[in-house]
Amino acid sequence: MRLRDFPAEELFLQGSAACQGCPGSAALRVAFKALGRNTVLCVIASCTSVLQSPYPVSALNLPTLNMAFATGGAVGSGMTAAAERLVARGEFEEKPTILVWAGDGGTYDIGIQALSGAAERNADFIYVCYNNEAYSNTGTQRSGATPYAAWTTNTTKGKEEWRKDVAQIMVAHGIPYVATASLAYPTDMFRKFAKAREIRGTRYIEIQAPCPPGWKFPSSHTVKIARLAVQTGMWMLYEHENGRTTYTAGTQRIIQGQAKLLPVEEYLQAQGRFRHLFHPERDEERIAAIQKRISDVFETLQFTHKMKEHLMDIEISPRL
Amino acid sequence: MRLVETGNHVAAWGARLSRVEVVSAYPITPQTQVIEEISRFIDEGEMECEYIPVESEHSAMAAMIGAAAMGVRAFSATSAHGLAYMHELLHWAAAVRLPMVMVNVNRALGPGWNIWCDHQDTMAARDTGWIQLYCADHQEILDTVIQAYRISEDPRVILPVMVCYDAFVMSHTYMQVDIPEQEAVDRFLPPFRSLWKLDLEYPFTHGSVIYPDDYEEVRFSMQQAMDNARRVIAEAAREYRDVVGGYHGELVDAYRMEDAEYALLAMGTVASECRVAVDELRESGYPCGLVRIRSYRPFPVAELRELLAPLRVALVIDRAVSFGLEGPLFSEVKAAVYGNGGPSIHGMVTGLGGRDVPYDLIVDNAVAAFKGKLLPGSHWPAVRLNDHHRLVKRSLEEYWKKEGVR
Repeated sequence: MRLRDFPAEELFLQGSAACQGCPGSAALRVAFKALGRNTVLCVIASCTSVLQSPYPVSALNLPTLNMAFATGGAVGSGMTAAAERLVARGEFEEKPTILVWAGDGGTYDIGIQALSGAAERNADFIYVCYNNEAYSNTGTQRSGATPYAAWTTNTTKGKEEWRKDVAQIMVAHGIPYVATASLAYPTDMFRKFAKAREIRGTRYIEIQAPCPPGWKFPSSHTVKIARLAVQTGMWMLYEHENGRTTYTAGTQRIIQGQAKLLPVEEYLQAQGRFRHLFHPERDEERIAAIQKRISDVFETLQFTHKMKEHLMDIEISPRL
Repeated sequence: MRLVETGNHVAAWGARLSRVEVVSAYPITPQTQVIEEISRFIDEGEMECEYIPVESEHSAMAAMIGAAAMGVRAFSATSAHGLAYMHELLHWAAAVRLPMVMVNVNRALGPGWNIWCDHQDTMAARDTGWIQLYCADHQEILDTVIQAYRISEDPRVILPVMVCYDAFVMSHTYMQVDIPEQEAVDRFLPPFRSLWKLDLEYPFTHGSVIYPDDYEEVRFSMQQAMDNARRVIAEAAREYRDVVGGYHGELVDAYRMEDAEYALLAMGTVASECRVAVDELRESGYPCGLVRIRSYRPFPVAELRELLAPLRVALVIDRAVSFGLEGPLFSEVKAAVYGNGGPSIHGMVTGLGGRDVPYDLIVDNAVAAFKGKLLPGSHWPAVRLNDHHRLVKRSLEEYWKKEGVR
């Protein structure tokens, strides 16, 4: 799948109320192209509540219900239960894809109970968290997804805690499909949505969404920042199904040794939200702490990969 | 078919006969039997329905909204803390204009933990845009649930309906109930209808950002829907009587009001107790009647103005309180008849947290009210200092002494 092979039909329309360089609208566009018209959308309170444009117009060319902050998992459950009945009664030939679209606040914090409940019941819908790592819609306050040391309006000297990892929490729920995605790798994202569409049960896709005003970088750099996040290991691309995690795209290349893991400084320095780590003087301690966390993870993954390759070599050796 | 059943099981029968297709609910005492019975119906193939055992009441209501938005008849049951927990979404369900029915078993809110009856839970949900109907016996629960779908889905209304009945006094007691034939219910209640749904061929966006220029009109439409509901509730009650059988009054249920000079006003099972009190008062020479409010929202303004106009004195009994004012029903009865002459109106708050409201308490206070001996404002006739309160007070006094609290 190449970019030029994406379906031409636009289900996210022009004239939205998104900021310049908004990752949310770009992610919606790719997701809609992959899922197609037979999709019912629920938007949870987030920037997407606003960027879809206010009443009476809408940039969302799918039947859409806007819902309150903490409801994502539950409203998806209700929609899919109703769709089951409509299929049973013959009103739908094919069950539509139920898509719940929430931000990191609505997923990591206020909405995690409803999401966890839905996942435990394995309710049949796709839940997307587009993660801009803060409450961007209300002016950039910290969320459970905000990374360590990042500035927000209520962590003015940098967040003191490390972020939690809801994608891994969803893996722990044992649902049929969990994937992470990045705006810098749209074909990888498209493939994951297209795959998720064909799976039944709760599917969770989390997209890292670099937010120009919230993260303080020029609005033309959204994709560049997203790519740096993957190249420095601050964001990892993978999918998890049948009890197995497969790393994809840029992350896979680093693990397999086809690309180098870039120093995290390159990512941090490109954003105003980490400026206090470099000005007025370098905060070696915090920069090193961030780098160590990433390096530890990738060393383990690279080692495991090499061991696997080695074991495969042994397996095919005729002498054994 | 005639059954002897609990109020909760009867509510489940109401959902079953209404051909509900999605139930989402979370267990809370004293509502649990409703959802237990529904899941039994589904397991035994007696109901074609998806049951979502959600992880909270907030999610119960969110799932109902999702289901109703897809164009399916949805049902839930809750009580007290559950209703309070889903409060945000009560507003959402009504304002996004979706029809649905939920029963609420009226229970007191903590702390301290109290599972028994009062009306504080639903009174606190008064201004959410839900229609609220209160029942006084088991047959009325069944009939009202079915009527509630008819009212909720009427194109003149399209608002959610809450069917309320008293904890334990109704939820867990057994009464004889006539279960109507499914065909009769089907004649009364057409298949699900709504003014909108999430339609793949007409991809509308619902509930997006709405500016001050447009918002007030949406809320005005809800007020108009409530006004329309007055007629629709009355029509539904009459048509149900004719098609299915069973009649419990319309917006109000009047008892011995024809020649009354005095009246008691109440909701739920206290109103049933008031019937005994009315008979007693009649024997003591007071020509008294009873006005049981069935529909609290929309409030029966015209009915109350007509019924109360010829009276000398009326006594309103509240099983809830609006802290800082008085019983909410008391306030609203006065507001409804304001400027219309009519009786002097007294109010009393009692029966909170399941405290018994015996007919003789009602009679004694009614006589005092009729003789003009009740003080104006909030009257709490059953409040007293008992041994438990004294015991705790003694312990607290020691603590206050240590802390220097005077």
